[in-house]
Amino acid sequence: MERTTLDLWVGIFVVAGLGALVTLALKVGNLGTYNVSETYQLEAYFSNIGGLKAQASIRSSGVLVGRVSNITLDTERYEAKVTMSIDKRYQFPQDTFANILTSGLLGEQYIGLVPGGEEDFLKSGDVVKKTQSAVVLEDLIGKFLFNSSSENSEKK
Amino acid sequence: MTTAITKYLVGIGRTVMNALWRIGIGTRFLSLILLNSGISFSRFHLTIRELFFSGVMSLIIILVAGMFVGMVLGLQGYETLKRYGSESALGSLVALSLVRELGPVLAALLFASRAGSAMTAEIGLMKVTEQISAMEMMAINPIARVVAPRFWAGVFAVPLLAAMFSVMGVFGGYLVGVVLIGVDEGSFWSQMQSNVDFQHDVLNGVFKSCVFGAVVTVIALFEGYDAPPTAEGVSGATTRTVVESSLAILILDFILTALML
Repeated sequence: MERTTLDLWVGIFVVAGLGALVTLALKVGNLGTYNVSETYQLEAYFSNIGGLKAQASIRSSGVLVGRVSNITLDTERYEAKVTMSIDKRYQFPQDTFANILTSGLLGEQYIGLVPGGEEDFLKSGDVVKKTQSAVVLEDLIGKFLFNSSSENSEKK
Repeated sequence: MTTAITKYLVGIGRTVMNALWRIGIGTRFLSLILLNSGISFSRFHLTIRELFFSGVMSLIIILVAGMFVGMVLGLQGYETLKRYGSESALGSLVALSLVRELGPVLAALLFASRAGSAMTAEIGLMKVTEQISAMEMMAINPIARVVAPRFWAGVFAVPLLAAMFSVMGVFGGYLVGVVLIGVDEGSFWSQMQSNVDFQHDVLNGVFKSCVFGAVVTVIALFEGYDAPPTAEGVSGATTRTVVESSLAILILDFILTALML
């Protein structure tokens, strides 16, 4: 086979292969939705994070505003310390409320931010003071059973 | 009685020693290829020629196979997900299974049987017809001139083929899931995009297929170079190439997945 034809076919092959890789990255994968915008860090303490994982989403009014960057156990307070990277475009008041919520009945857990009414905004490195831990289903069932049994004993 | 047992033990020992020897020689062969691969880059048309014969010629089988694997995934996935009322997750099911596992593994298996066996037969036959000895007589290093370009062509070709396999598979899943069955198109793509991570899924798949490409071509080239210079020798080597590289792909797939998860 002539050398130019060969080169042409290999060129087509390589371009098609690289095109497939780019398609995988942008159309199939999430590289297209990666925002390269700058972020700032906030911290929050939770007594129980449930099934929250690093890279979980942070939403406010359902809009994605950031990602959980790190989760550690603070051994001074024995509480989970969650570091959140929030998009610089979004500022939150100082009395913002951070809840750990579940998307759907069995979906993954995320952090919901409910802004308060204060004038000053949270700065990078600040701690979100008002938090609500994850709802653990076993605790809920336990409380329910305990309540119903105590109600029964009161009736007697 | 004791002599029978001794004979048996000697047999086992010989088999194990032979296997170890082959692995050792194979590793030395790989390092020889790496040491002598200067020519395959300085005279790049050698590598391009091999890319044509191993990569471009495998294109049709890879694309058709990928398409049908994706279509089957779409059909089976839909049947299973329907029971839980989560047909919208079909996109992420098809894409994740293709990008993470099926793309790299099946593309490498097809490459091993389509291109690997051909490499073994070609090099084995070059040995039978004493072309390799003739090259050595002319002071041309056959490893640098014949073997190394084929190795690098395999390492380049398999990741590209795997990516094309995955894309065709996603397209096949789309055809069956969205066009034929009628899963919602928006949720098909958005679920897929939110669940497939570029680094964790796509790049790991590409890395896997690079490793598979290197392993398949090294096995194919080594079996060809090592084949006894007879007709039976070459046919046996070709069979061994397909068997060994298929096993190596599947075993390595498990090990790599366990390491990277």
